[in-house]
Amino acid sequence: MHNFNYHRASDVAGAAALLKDVDDGKLLAGGMTLLPTLKNRLAAPSDLIDLAGVSDLKGISIEGDEVVIRAMTPHAVVAASHEVATAIPALAALAGGIGDPAVRHRGTIGGSVANADPAADYPAAIVGLNATVVTNQRSIAADDFFLGLFETALRPGEIITSVRFKNPSRAHYLKFRHPASGYAVVGIMVAQYASGVRVAVTGAGPSVFRVSAMEAALDKSFTPKSIADIAVSADQLMGDIHCSAEYRAHIVKVYARRAVEALTA
Amino acid sequence: MLYDVQMTVNGQAVSGKVEARTLLAQFIREHLRLTGTHVGCDTTQCGCCVVHVDGVAMKSCTMLAVQAEGKAITTIEGLAAEDGTLHPMQQAFRDHHGLQCGFCTPGMVMMGVDIARRLPGADEKTVRHQLEGNICRCTGYQGIVEAIIDGSAKINAVRS
Ligand SMILES: Cc1cc2nc3c(=O)[nH]c(=O)nc-3n(C[C@H](O)[C@H](O)[C@H](O)COP(=O)(O)OP(=O)(O)OC[C@H]3O[C@@H](n4cnc5c(N)ncnc54)[C@H](O)[C@@H]3O)c2cc1C
Ligand code: FES
Ligand code: FES
Repeated sequence: MHNFNYHRASDVAGAAALLKDVDDGKLLAGGMTLLPTLKNRLAAPSDLIDLAGVSDLKGISIEGDEVVIRAMTPHAVVAASHEVATAIPALAALAGGIGDPAVRHRGTIGGSVANADPAADYPAAIVGLNATVVTNQRSIAADDFFLGLFETALRPGEIITSVRFKNPSRAHYLKFRHPASGYAVVGIMVAQYASGVRVAVTGAGPSVFRVSAMEAALDKSFTPKSIADIAVSADQLMGDIHCSAEYRAHIVKVYARRAVEALTA
Repeated sequence: MLYDVQMTVNGQAVSGKVEARTLLAQFIREHLRLTGTHVGCDTTQCGCCVVHVDGVAMKSCTMLAVQAEGKAITTIEGLAAEDGTLHPMQQAFRDHHGLQCGFCTPGMVMMGVDIARRLPGADEKTVRHQLEGNICRCTGYQGIVEAIIDGSAKINAVRS
């Protein structure tokens, strides 16, 4: 790991100002992605700005029909939250299935969302649960947030402050877990709202995506049978050492059906 | 540039001067010479480096020493009593043959104590899931899982 300067921010404005001032600064949240990246010398920022001391970036609240999770809330806290488990059990389950306990104790929702790893779990929740990503500059709708492989709508210097999830009438997250890392080989969030069903897939493509054919079929009839024959094309999916694109396409189909089964059983 | 860090390690106030990039694991092992905390992979996978930070299990190879400023750290050296009496989780590892070469053991024991804190009465399946971030190349996990279930029962019996 190359050396860097270390700063402790005490509020969001201070962190933003520091980011502007330094040469090539990066925010440090849980460090569960950033520190391994620095160790591999895949990045060499001049300065790290630690958000751990920013108290208004921590915590969970229920506001109307939304679950609001502040950016520096660790996965373990979301997983153990009574509020989250009551409002959106699928979200608590998703957070509790990330990596391993020690990773969940440090890794944060803000870091995970900003990082936009194609195999990360939270993107499926952001898009599936029609969330809004709130930053120090604006609010970004889920469908506009993830742009591609490790690419988001965040501008340089923009800091995620919270994520607001819309409370569905029911939702289920199902992940085909990579046996070594825990990351999603395929992860599917199926969520039903008065306005319609959302089906979001992570792990399978370069970025999280929705399956509109499944959404339309589930809008008509929310049964496993209605999507049993809907396939996704392997063309846009990823093939790698873990499995082929065709295999991922198959898992998407099977897991979407199983998620609906779990919700209708 | 060097940064001053202060923290409590196994109940004692310690301080040091570190580079920003100094890992907590490095600080514990090389500055404090507490070599019970092991570094197996250095890539956040194996769990040999697990310590408690303010009572919560974390991988010290993926934390900067400066991030531990003001925190209370417990390492494997901090578990046994002054007179050498083993902590119930350590004793359980001994009783159940929960170790062979011992390399993974400090992290396993620290994670075991964390599991006992968070999930009293956890069954075998839960304990196995909870060990997803702790890798052992020797034992086949059987003894480790038995030790954690037994150690946890003893810790929680004392508590309640
Ligand atoms: C062994 C292991 C297993 C894992 N398994 C999984 C898994 O199964 N599923 C999964 O989804 N993830 C997994 N992860 C990743 C984990 O969830 C990370 O916690 C997460 O991806 C990054 O969050 P962090 O808080 O650690 O962010 P950091 O590593 O600190 O930061 C990541 C990036 O986000 C930026 N950033 C951080 N906070 C903000 C903010 N508030 N605003 C803007 N930018 C910000 C940083 O500058 C950096 O570029 C795993 C990680 C490890 C080490
Ligand atoms: S040395 Fe830290 S997880 Fe392996
Ligand atoms: S006892 Fe040898 S690695 Fe676990």
